[in-house]
Amino acid sequence: MTGADVPVWTACLVVVLALTGAGFSLVGAIGLVRLRTFYERVHAPTLGATLGMALIVAASILFFSVVEGRLVLRDLLIGVFLTVTTPVTLILLGRAATYRDRAEGNPDAPPDP
Amino acid sequence: MSAATLLAWGLGLAQGMLVLAVALAAWRTLRGPRAQDRVLGLDTVYLNGMLAIMVHGLRTGSGLAFEAALVVALLGFAATLALAKFLMQGEVIQ
Repeated sequence: MTGADVPVWTACLVVVLALTGAGFSLVGAIGLVRLRTFYERVHAPTLGATLGMALIVAASILFFSVVEGRLVLRDLLIGVFLTVTTPVTLILLGRAATYRDRAEGNPDAPPDP
Repeated sequence: MSAATLLAWGLGLAQGMLVLAVALAAWRTLRGPRAQDRVLGLDTVYLNGMLAIMVHGLRTGSGLAFEAALVVALLGFAATLALAKFLMQGEVIQ
């Protein structure tokens, strides 16, 4: 049960999916380093948390389905979990940052509605 | 080019890109400048580390990496949630 006994088209597709997903995650991490304020930076890693994660999960589902000869959907669990939890953590983090910035009178903070 | 060679090189490259992403996020965690930047960097370290574990599982062809990736995803969620709550109110459980 290794990569040696998968057909070439599966290997091509798995590599393309994994490379694209890793590329999206890398772009998100570069954005985390390059962007200037926290409220810009908070958006960058979500690129890896949504599209990058979905593509790598798709590559994993395809690879293990072909290797084991049946539909293997367990990686979907990670996909569903991350899709549910990422907005929750980022909303809480954004609220905490807004609260801290407003308490300190920082001009970067979004205006009070 | 055989399927095994293609998988080894392509997935190795993907793993390298994810490790670079972890390194960039770790730089943001260490550099700051504020606490919320560090928490965001730590969340990204967890996320990209989990993706690197999944790609490692693809490369070795073992299903064992799935459990590790799931545990890392759970820990990352719990850690970021607790830290965000701490930044908001100064205590995690009240």
